[in-house]
Amino acid sequence: MGTITVDGKEIEVDEEGYLVNLSDWFPAVAEEMAKIDEVELGEDHWDIINFLREYYEEYQIAPAVRVLTKAVAKKLGKEKGNSKYLYELFPYGPGKQACKFAGLPKPTGCV
Amino acid sequence: MSDDVKKFMFVNTKAPYGTVYALESLEVVLISAAFDQDVSLAFCDDGVFQITKNQNTEGSGMKNFSPAYKALGDYDINKLYVEKESLEERGLTLDNLMDLTYEDEDDDWAEKPSIKLVTRAELADLMDQQDVVISS
Repeated sequence: MGTITVDGKEIEVDEEGYLVNLSDWFPAVAEEMAKIDEVELGEDHWDIINFLREYYEEYQIAPAVRVLTKAVAKKLGKEKGNSKYLYELFPYGPGKQACKFAGLPKPTGCV
Repeated sequence: MSDDVKKFMFVNTKAPYGTVYALESLEVVLISAAFDQDVSLAFCDDGVFQITKNQNTEGSGMKNFSPAYKALGDYDINKLYVEKESLEERGLTLDNLMDLTYEDEDDDWAEKPSIKLVTRAELADLMDQQDVVISS
């Protein structure tokens, strides 16, 4: 267990960097986590992060990467809903890394 | 490939809250979906309450995880057997259950119901056809 500091606030994260309390999330948390992972967040990243937050809101789970890919294809189009595109955005895995930035738990069904 | 596919049935018999069985079972189901197996779920006894509509857990302080059952279709899990007698014994009908659906890839993504009502005898037959039955 550790903490990250965002806008002067100490925020608890687990040993893999995921938020301990999902309600601690605000956009600057994602920016800070991305900085730690050396990723610069652009509009395309935010599309996926926002998509994941909406998915979690609706289903209360973080989707497995296969499910994420399919759902993104449906909502944002085939050119974004493929694993090559998503891995380019989130090199440590669109499921794991994007969920982390979005403040969600590690995806269920991610092996 | 086809030689490696086994028929798994997860049988849910307990109320959703109060114990952790229902949530843990659902997580195992979602993980099992990653292995391309033939997965089905059965709901009987108090397990039928797991998929009832309009669950509200505010008073209990537990997370309402029932929306996650709606994601099962996305995970290609679309055989949810509900035992008719268990519903009737609890004064419930299909109308009390969530509208759980999946999109059929082989039928132009038509939305179809995942829930199938079966009698106790039919459920016994289905269990008999499985390679693995896991109950909780």
